Amino acid sequence: MRERVAIAGVGYTAFTSVSPGVSYRELTYEAAVKAYEEAGVEPKDVDSFVCTSEDFLEGYSISDEYCNDQLGAVLKPVQTIPGDFMHSLAVGVMHILTGKFDIVVVQALSKASNMKTIPEMINFALDPVLNRPLDVTPYAVAGLEMNRFLVEGRATREQCAAVVVKNKANALLNPLAGYGASVTVDQVLESEPVAEPVHLLDIAPYADGAVVMVLCSERLASSLTDKPVWITGIGWSTDSPTLESRDWVDAVAVKLAGDMAYRMAGIKCPAKEIDLAEVNDEISFKELQHLEALRLFDEGTAGKATEDGKTSLEGTLPVNTSGGGLGVGHLFECSGAQKVLELVLQLRGEAGARQVAGAGVGVAQAWRGIPSTSAAVAVLCAD
Amino acid sequence: MAYRRVAIVGAGITKFVRRAQETGKELAFQAAKMALDSCGLTMKDIECVSLGTAPDAFDGVHMKGEYLSDGSGGWRKPYMRHFVGGGTGVFAPIHGWFHVASGMFDTCLVVCSEKMSSCHPHPQGAFKTIFDHTTEQPLNPTLIWIFALEMNRYMQTYGITKEEIALVSVKNKKNAMDHPSAQLPMEITVEDVLNSEVLAWPVNRLDISPASDGAAAIVLASEHVAKRITDKPVWIDGVGWNLDTAYWATRDLAYPRYVEKAARMAYEMAGIKEPQKEIEIAEPYDPFDYKELHHMEGLLLADRGKAVEMLLDGKTQRDGDRPMCPSGGALGVGNPIAATGLMKVIEIFLQLRGEAGKRQVPGNPRCGLAQAWGDLMQVGTVVVLRR
Repeated sequence: MRERVAIAGVGYTAFTSVSPGVSYRELTYEAAVKAYEEAGVEPKDVDSFVCTSEDFLEGYSISDEYCNDQLGAVLKPVQTIPGDFMHSLAVGVMHILTGKFDIVVVQALSKASNMKTIPEMINFALDPVLNRPLDVTPYAVAGLEMNRFLVEGRATREQCAAVVVKNKANALLNPLAGYGASVTVDQVLESEPVAEPVHLLDIAPYADGAVVMVLCSERLASSLTDKPVWITGIGWSTDSPTLESRDWVDAVAVKLAGDMAYRMAGIKCPAKEIDLAEVNDEISFKELQHLEALRLFDEGTAGKATEDGKTSLEGTLPVNTSGGGLGVGHLFECSGAQKVLELVLQLRGEAGARQVAGAGVGVAQAWRGIPSTSAAVAVLCAD
Repeated sequence: MAYRRVAIVGAGITKFVRRAQETGKELAFQAAKMALDSCGLTMKDIECVSLGTAPDAFDGVHMKGEYLSDGSGGWRKPYMRHFVGGGTGVFAPIHGWFHVASGMFDTCLVVCSEKMSSCHPHPQGAFKTIFDHTTEQPLNPTLIWIFALEMNRYMQTYGITKEEIALVSVKNKKNAMDHPSAQLPMEITVEDVLNSEVLAWPVNRLDISPASDGAAAIVLASEHVAKRITDKPVWIDGVGWNLDTAYWATRDLAYPRYVEKAARMAYEMAGIKEPQKEIEIAEPYDPFDYKELHHMEGLLLADRGKAVEMLLDGKTQRDGDRPMCPSGGALGVGNPIAATGLMKVIEIFLQLRGEAGKRQVPGNPRCGLAQAWGDLMQVGTVVVLRR
C-alpha cells in the first residue's frame, strides 16, 4: 500500500466572467494566501511549488517566469506544467511519493477575460499544416465530435440539453459560480446554433479565477489539518493530437486516465464505489461521454440517467454539483482545479445548499479542451 | 531514503542545425527513436513520456505539448509536458526522475524538442514577449540587452576583461569540432570574438550561441529494471531547481543565487560536501560565454570571481583538471533551447560511461554535473550524475 497524499488546504477566488479589479497575479495571490492560512503554513515551509500555465493563454512566452512571486516562492523550487491543474496535481503527488518533499503547493489560474480573440487563439492549437488552413471556428471540431456521439446513438439531443439544465441549476446553489440559471431543455435547443449540433447554451462560457492547494505527506497531514482529503488515485493520458487519427466517439484518454487512477486507488467497480463526480462538461455532451469513459455508466446510458435525474443533486450519482463548466464557467487550465475544489468541499461537508449527503469517495476529471485529447483523473476520499 | 534510485539507460540526439527540414514532431521522433535504440527498447517498454519544450511562440503552435505528443511517443500513454524556460533541458531528467523515483512508473522516456527557425525572421522576436507587458515591453527590449547588463556587471564586479571571457567561446567552439551533432564547431581566436559584430555591448556575435533546431531524448529506468537493460547505468544521484523573482532589476546580477540554491539542493541529495573536489566534470549552461564562468561560481565549482582563473590556467579544458563543457556546449554544439540542456546531460552520461569518443576526458570520471538556466535570467536547474 502506497503512502497517501493529503490536500491540507485550499484557497480560491470566485469564478467570474470578468475580474477587472485584479491582475492575473493578484488572482493567484488571493488564492494562495487563503490556502496557506487554511493549512497553517507559510511559503518558507513549502518544499516545492507546481504551477500550471500555457504561454498563449497567459500572453507571455515561457510564462513560468511569472509564477513564483505571488506565491511567495522566490528562490524556491518552482516548476510549471502546461496542462490542466490536475496534471500539476499529479506532479505534486509524485513529488510527495518520492519521500523527498513533505509539503507541495499546486496552483492554476484563468484570466480568460484578458483574451480578446479566444476562438482564433484556440485555432493555433490545430496542426499548422493539415488543419489550421481550414480556418474554421474551434467549435466546428466540437460539432463534428458531438454529431458523431449522437449518430452512434450514444445519447439524444435532448439528453445533452438536460445536462445544461442540471448544471446551470446546480450553479445557482454555488456562491462561487458565475453562470447559474434556470433554463429548460427547449431553451437550450432553441439557443443560437454555433456549429451544429452545438448550440450556444451547450457551451461552457469562459470565466476568470484561481485555485491554490497545499498538499502534504500522510506523515504530516494530522499536524496541518483536522479534515484532510486524500488523493488515493491519480492518472493522466493523451490520445492522438491530429484530428484525422483520433477516436471520434469515445474519450479514450479519459478512459485510460480513469483506469490508471482507479488502479492506484484500488477501485474495481467505479459505478458502485464512487459517491459523486465532477467531470469536464465544456460542451454539454462531453459530460455524458466522460461519465461513460470513467465507467460510471455503461456506454449509451449516461444520457438516459441524466434525464431520469440519477446525476442530479438528489440522484444516485450526483455529477457536477458545483455547476460544472456550464454553470461555473470554463477556466482553461484551471478547470480541473475547480473540479477538485468542489470535491474537497463536498468531502469535508462544506458544500452548503448543494451538499451531497454521505459523500465519501469522489472522482474529478479534467480534459484540456478543444481541440486537445489530454485528460487527467483523480480519486479523492474523506478520512 | 524513501525514493527509488533512477538511472539513465539510453540517450539520443539529432544533429543541431539552423532551419531543419523536419517538423518539431519529426525531430522529437528521431531523438526518441535513437534513445530507445541505444538501449534496445521500444515504445512498448515505456510506461510514461515526459516532454520538455518552450516557448510556444517559436512554432506559433498553441499547446505545443499536444502538438508534439505523437512525435514524442506520448500516444495513449501518461504524457506530460513541463517547462522552466531555458532551464527546461536539465529540468527534463528531473521531471522524469519524479515519475520513476515516486514509484508510479518503472520506465520513462524524456524528450526535449525545439524548433526555433519556424519563427521568422528570427526567434529573438518571440523572446520579446517574455518581458512584463506593463513595465518592460514598452521599452521594446531584446533578450540580449539584459544579458549585456549582466555580463557588464559581472566584468565590473570582479575586474574581468572581454579578452578573458572570449576564451570560453574559443574553447567551446573548438570542443564542438568532435561532436557529431554540432552546428557551430569552429577554430577561432580571441581576436575573432572581439572583432565580431557588436550586438549590445559588451556582447559580440561570437559571444553568443546560435539559434538552432534539434531534439534530444533519454530513457530512465528504476533500479531493478535498469540492471536488466544495461550493465552501465548512470545514476541520477541529485536533482535541484530554483526560481528567482520575476523582477530582475532587483536581483544581484553579478552572482546567480538561484543557481547556488539549485546546486545546494542537488548536492545535499547526492551527499556532495565539497563540489570543487567531488564534481569531476561539468556542463554548465553557456548560451553566452560569460555564463559558463558565472555558472561555475553559482555551482560552487569555483570561488566567486575566480572561475576566470581556472579558465586561464587551462583547468577547464577537456584535458584539464576540471573539464567544463567538453561537448562544445551551447556555444559550439548549438542552442535549440530545451534540447540544449538535455544534450549536456547526455554528454555527462556518455563521459561517465567512457563512450564520448574523441571528446572523452581523461581520468575515468565517476561523478559529473549538468546545469541549465533561463527565463528572465532567473531559473537554475542542476543534476548530479554518477556511474
